[in-house]
Amino acid sequence: MLINKRNYQYLVDLITELAKKELKVRYKNSFLGYLWSILSPLTSAVVFFVAFKIVIKLKIENYVLFLISGLFCWQWFTNSLLGSANLFLNNANLIKKVSFPRDALVYSMVINDMIHFILSFPVIFLFMGLYRQNFSYYLFLLPIAIILQFFFVSGMSLIISSINLFFRDLERLVVVFTNLLFYATPIIYSEEMVPLKYKIILSLNPMANFVILYRDLLLSNRVQINILMLCFIYSIGFFYLGYNIYKNLQWKFAEII
Amino acid sequence: MKDVVIEFDNVVKYYSLYHSFIGIKNFLFNLPKAIKTFKKNKFCALKNISFKLNRGETLAIIGQNGAGKSTILGLIAKVLKPTSGRVLVRGRVVGLLELSAGFHPDLTGYENIILNGILLGMTKKEILSKVNEIIEFSELKEFIYQPIRTYSSGMLARLGFSVAINVPADILLVDEVLAVGDINFQKKCYKKIEELKNKDTTIIFVSHDLEAVVKICSRCILLHQGEIIKDGNTYEVVEYYKKNFS
Ligand SMILES: Nc1ncnc2c1ncn2[C@@H]1O[C@H](COP(=O)(O)OP(=O)(O)OP(=O)(O)O)[C@@H](O)[C@H]1O
Ligand SMILES: [Mg+2]
Repeated sequence: MLINKRNYQYLVDLITELAKKELKVRYKNSFLGYLWSILSPLTSAVVFFVAFKIVIKLKIENYVLFLISGLFCWQWFTNSLLGSANLFLNNANLIKKVSFPRDALVYSMVINDMIHFILSFPVIFLFMGLYRQNFSYYLFLLPIAIILQFFFVSGMSLIISSINLFFRDLERLVVVFTNLLFYATPIIYSEEMVPLKYKIILSLNPMANFVILYRDLLLSNRVQINILMLCFIYSIGFFYLGYNIYKNLQWKFAEII
Repeated sequence: MKDVVIEFDNVVKYYSLYHSFIGIKNFLFNLPKAIKTFKKNKFCALKNISFKLNRGETLAIIGQNGAGKSTILGLIAKVLKPTSGRVLVRGRVVGLLELSAGFHPDLTGYENIILNGILLGMTKKEILSKVNEIIEFSELKEFIYQPIRTYSSGMLARLGFSVAINVPADILLVDEVLAVGDINFQKKCYKKIEELKNKDTTIIFVSHDLEAVVKICSRCILLHQGEIIKDGNTYEVVEYYKKNFS
């Protein structure tokens, strides 16, 4: 692709306008939409709190805060993945008729979910206040984690949205896959609780590393360099993979959709 | 010497018919069969198409349903890729393929103009500088601030046509879209097309309305089952088509 100023401006405009459209269309009443995106992880947090803190008596301090610091970024991940399955199909008419860069649809969707994630931080900060958690300078590193997650999620979404055109039942697999992955990700438990010989599974699971990264920044006031490196590798790696799969399949979209 | 803006060189287009085994489950459990049906299920939509088009020419493509007209336009718009052969296109292509393709029913006419303009290749700044012209051309007046799900199909066509025709283009593709507007609007569209012709815009016009074809185009290609049967003066080709295909 030619990288000149107009092309760049065009791509920015295209992605922004598509994202704005999504926002307008998906949440006709934007405040209620926002409330909804906060409410659904909070509800899960309450359920897990009852199950694991009250019933099973899990020994994790500030458990609600612990939960939501992982649930919100998880919600971004699953929302984007599930949304990407039918993303191109929902825009079939457009793809058949107009030759705009189709990956813009993916980025604008992921940006949308990212915005909702960013808007959930006030809630996380509120709970940090309630639990008398101190606010450290590590919070300034959050944008880096968000950018890394953006590229990781975009890569995954590019893979799923492109391949789903060829295999239309991929969506169901994604549902099953994300459900399984949830339990392989330290959201309801902490990474320290995982026995040493299973720790490799956490390293192999990109989302586990992102959850740990967010939690380190928010709650533990630290960064583990190896976790940050893994996040970086997964983010670049999956984006590269996703973009190439998309690029290679893209020319067939219009005829099979 | 005139400059060639579109060149088809022995273009062949096969469509693969994937739908027979769509689904990962089917694919994995019936792998050999799936691959076999995949290889067999191909449909040849264009066979060895070659033609050249110069800047400023107006070409009509006519032929029966399924002849391959829309496929040719898809190749020019770079939405499709040829199976073999070469498609050369010089300049900016804007397609009036299906007018409401980029529209969203819940957005207002105005919002749809912006979004559609961008999808057709303009930056936000460019479309904003054109938006008044577009609204005026559409004659939708205060309806422009209503969600377009409240529009009639004619009003939708007006909106779509007004956007596409005002996007600066070197090559304009028109596929079967002018029939929806009322007589007044159709007249206005034909006038606008005349204007573009005078500005050296290359136009490719696909329609079953042979009267319109004769009126607009100087050259005509008759397509039949993916092959060019005739290529020449519009009036003669249309007469031939009328005589042999109806
Ligand atoms: N995506 C596709 N997959 C498989 N076959 C296709 C696809 N698109 C078109 N075809 C086939 O290719 C042939 C040519 O189609 P095309 O749309 O170019 O016809 P057309 O000349 O535009 O017809 P019409 O006058 O009805 O618009 C048709 O037989 C059609 O069945
Ligand atoms: Mg057609």
